[in-house]
This record gives sequence, structure tokens and C-alpha cells, in this order.
Amino acid sequence: MFDQWPSLVVAVPLIAAGICAIIRYEFFCWLVSIITSLVSLSGSIFLYLTVKASGDISYKLGGWAPPVGIEYRVDIFACYLLILISLVAIAVLIYGRKLINKEIASHLRGWFYSMYLLCMCGLMGIVITGDAFNAFVFMEISSLSMYTLIALGRDKRALLASYQYLILGTLGATMYVIGVGLLFNVTGTLNLIDLSIKIQPILDTPVIKVAMSFIFAGLSIKIALFPLHFWLPNAYAFAPSVVTTFLAATATKVSIYLLMRYFYTVFGFSFGMSSELIIGIILSCSILAIFVGSFSAIFENNLKRLLAFSSVAQIGYITLGIAIANNAGLTGSMVHIFNHALMKASLFMILGAIAFQIHKDQLTLTDLSGLGKQMPFSMAAMTIAGLSLLGVPGTVGFVTKWYLIQGAMQNGWWWLVVLILVSSLLVLIYLGKIIETVYFKPASNTGIEMNELPGSTFIIILLAVSSCIYLGFDTSLTLGIAEEAVNALVPEG
Amino acid sequence: MEFINDLSIYFGRINHWVTIFLIVSGLYIIITNSNMIKKLIGLSIFQTSVYLLYVSPGKIIGGTAPIISPQFEVYSNPLPHVLILTAIVVGVATLSLGLALVVRIKEEFGSIDEEAILMNSFEDQE
Repeated sequence: MFDQWPSLVVAVPLIAAGICAIIRYEFFCWLVSIITSLVSLSGSIFLYLTVKASGDISYKLGGWAPPVGIEYRVDIFACYLLILISLVAIAVLIYGRKLINKEIASHLRGWFYSMYLLCMCGLMGIVITGDAFNAFVFMEISSLSMYTLIALGRDKRALLASYQYLILGTLGATMYVIGVGLLFNVTGTLNLIDLSIKIQPILDTPVIKVAMSFIFAGLSIKIALFPLHFWLPNAYAFAPSVVTTFLAATATKVSIYLLMRYFYTVFGFSFGMSSELIIGIILSCSILAIFVGSFSAIFENNLKRLLAFSSVAQIGYITLGIAIANNAGLTGSMVHIFNHALMKASLFMILGAIAFQIHKDQLTLTDLSGLGKQMPFSMAAMTIAGLSLLGVPGTVGFVTKWYLIQGAMQNGWWWLVVLILVSSLLVLIYLGKIIETVYFKPASNTGIEMNELPGSTFIIILLAVSSCIYLGFDTSLTLGIAEEAVNALVPEG
Repeated sequence: MEFINDLSIYFGRINHWVTIFLIVSGLYIIITNSNMIKKLIGLSIFQTSVYLLYVSPGKIIGGTAPIISPQFEVYSNPLPHVLILTAIVVGVATLSLGLALVVRIKEEFGSIDEEAILMNSFEDQE
């Protein structure tokens, strides 16, 4: 039974999605989703412990041995992402039941849970699979369900956002398949490990370079790396707030995971490759992402869009670690995958809770004015999560920046250190705007009857925000896994 | 002799040239059209290029269908066909979801012209 965990963490959500689609009774679907995420979470933790004790797991799907059969390959890095996805999935479900009931029409709720589970299944599948084409199939499973989830938003612009994401996302996935197809044509294999061995002798041929470019470009769209980020702000802004929380914390991270897999496992990148052209491209895209994202956030009035632009900037920090290309830098981006998920999920959860309480769909900055007195808890939580985004010492954001700066210094890139610090100041500007409105502006909407939030929502927000602080002081948990993941990904690191 | 080599690049790999043509024309349609249905058609053409890229190298001249038989020794590679069968299913799913979204957009906005809708919904925001 326990040998089957690698397939179960993917198969259980898939089957549960089918059950939800058939039954479609709201409470039942919610319960099934919770149980499913719990099963996936315990499976992921079990896999992590197994991998830590006895090395990587190679699971032969259907008993067909790789490279002919599809292999599910679990190492520490994969476990790290699996735990992240299932943890976020379960937190969002507990947090959001009442919000889902408010934001989604009653006849669609069963479908919502079905799509949610499918999306989770796809994301888990991308992480766990060791097969290039299988990754594409899972990518499309997760993307198609994501388009549906986004289109469920109550604002009619959600449909447009979903359509635009569909066009760009499919372009990205197709480019990824073109890259895989080129690799397959020259090597005849789709297994990532087998691929990495077979392309060793031909690594410098144009075919491999073209394949690498296609895979990089395709995944960059999914990651929303700077010039290809246009789908992201609208998709995040108009999706239901529960969906936004889930997407912001997991979807882009999984694509970054796949990109790192290709770079380090298949194309054999190693540390100290900072002179390579592709690294240069990632470096400039990341820096531009950080600055353009932050500037757009400063001038944005819609709060969900503001956080979405801030996500673009934060994704820049994650890819910056790849570009720094040394142990400290990659550890920084690895730990930021988790930290950013934590901070952004907290912020989006708080925004969703506020929107629920003051009966509004799209929160703008003025809606928040004076709420510091009316909702002391939510606003304090938002301030803490925001400070964490800024990278104040004692929060998770600081840990990331510390490692990125260390990595930049090891490379002797002092200008990059300056840029990272300056970019933190930009976060301070848009964060300061929010905090100023919350605490120092007179209340604009007194007399509105506030919706009561259920206790579970508060507990999840409290847990998320306090772990923003706790993991900022006690870094052994996240950093420990991140360092193990870096070692698993880049053996000589 | 060199001239003939050059020619073989053009004619010997005609499948790749067609693939490139499909990729570029699909992208061109997606970028230049603001009609949402036409964009989806472009997307479909773009995806079709992948099918050709995978399937054409799997065909071996003189090879038969991959069913083991004592009469034949050369078989085509079955793997690309299986992969592309999956990719076609994915393509159909994407296209149908896209069309469903366009139907909903038409219901809500009264138009399927992306630029016109963007202009209008931008005014809403002001």
C-alpha cells in the first residue's frame, strides 16, 4: 500500500474530482475535497520522510520499467512542492467555504470543487512525473481547470481574463511541447533522467539550443516571467478570491519547478554558469520583472491587481536566484517558493475576508480607509504579511532576501545587491500607501453592516500570518528542506 | 555538389518547413486578429504544427504499422502517434473550452471583438 503513494497523491484528487462532478452536493463536495487534500498531504509527507530516509523513489507507473514506461520520480525537491500544494489546498478549503458559498452560484458549487481538485491533481502531477510528455498532459489538466475556475468570477471581466489566459497559456504549453518534441526527435526518449544522459554528447548542437529556448519561452508564459506576464494581473484580479489565493500560491511555483527541473536535471546546468546567454536573459528578465511589477503595483488602485503585480515582482526574485547561479542564490529562490506562497496566500486570504465583510467584489484602496479601527484583526494581519513581503528582519521575506543578497555578493555583483535593496523600497511605497489608508484616513463606509466571518477563516489567517513570523525566526524547517532540495537538484552544489 | 546539399535541406525536410509555416501562421493569426473566434482558429493551427513535428519523424519509409509479424522487419515508431493522440484530445478540450468562453463573453459583453470589449470595460473602470 505505502509503495503506491506516488501515484495515489495524484490519483486520489483525480477520482475525487469525478465523484464531486457526479454528486454536486455542496457540503459533500467540500468534505470530499478536504479529505482528498488531507490524503494528498499525508502522502506527500510520507514520501518526504521516505525519500529522506532511503533516497529518491522511482515509481513505475503500471509496472512498465522506464525509460519505456512512465516514471514517477520523487526527490526532495518534488516532495517540497507536493507538500506546498496540498498544504495550500487544504488551508484554502478550510478558509474559504463561506466565501465560496457567497461568490459562486449554488448550482455551480459542485463543479467548482470538481475543478479545484482537478487543478490540484494536475499541479501534483507536474511535480511528481519524470516524463516530459506526461508533464505536458498534467500541465493542460491544471491549466484547463484553472481557466474554468477563473471564469467563475462574479465580475464579467473574469471571462475576458480567463479567455486571455487560455490563449497565452495554450501558446506556452504548446511551445513547451515543441521543445519536448525536438528533444524527442534527437534522443528518442521522453524520460527526463534518460534524456539528461542521452543529450550529454550533443549538448552544444543547435537542436538542443532551440529545444531549450522553446521550453524556456513556453514555461516563462506559465510562470508569468516579466515580458510574458500580461495574463496574470487580470486573471488574479477577477477570479473568485478563493481561486486567486490557490493560484497565487501554487500555479506559478509549479511552472518554476518544471523550469528548474529542465535546467538542472536535463540540460545539466551547474553553478557558476553566469556567463551563459540564457542565464543573462533570465537575469535581465528577473530584474525588469521586479521593477516593472513593483512600479505597476504602486500606480494600481484595485487591491487584487496590486497584489497580482506584486506577484510578478516576487516571481522575479525567485527566478533571480536561478540567474545568480550559486548555492546561496538558488537556496534563496527555493525558499522563496514557499515563502512567497505563504505571504501571498495570507494577503489574498485577508483581502478576500475583507471583501466578504464589506460586501464588495473588487476592493479599491479607498474602500480600506479607516478600517484599522473597524477590523483591527484583519488589518494587523495584513500589515504583518505586508511587512513580510517587504522583507523586514524577523519575517519570512527577510530570509529570502538575505540569501539572494549573499548569492549576489559571492558573485561579486554589488550592483545587484543595490538593486535588490532599492526594490524593497518600492514595496515600501505601495505597502505604505495601503497602511496609510487603513490607519490614518477617516473611515469612509461607516454604518455598513458587516458580514460575520466564520471562525475557521480567522484561524487559517491567523495561522498563515503567524507562520510568516515564526518561520522568519526559526528558519530551520523551510531552509532545511530548501537546502536539501538544492542538493537534490544540483548534486555537486 | 554543395548546391545539391543545400537543396536537400529545403526539400529533404519538407515536414519541418511545413511545421515552421504552421507555427508562424498560427502565431500571426493569434497576434493580429482581435476577433476571438479567429484567435482560437489560429491557436488550433499553432497546435497542429506540433502534431506534424511529432508524427512525421515516426514514419519510416518502407516501414509498416507496428504489429509484429514474420513478413516484416521494418516498423514505424508507434510512440509519436500515441503521444499525438493525447495532444489532439488536449487540443480539442482547449478549443471547446475557449469556444464556450467566447459564447459566455458574447452573452455578457454583446461582442466577440477583443479590442472593442477591452475599450469598453476599460471605460467601466474609470
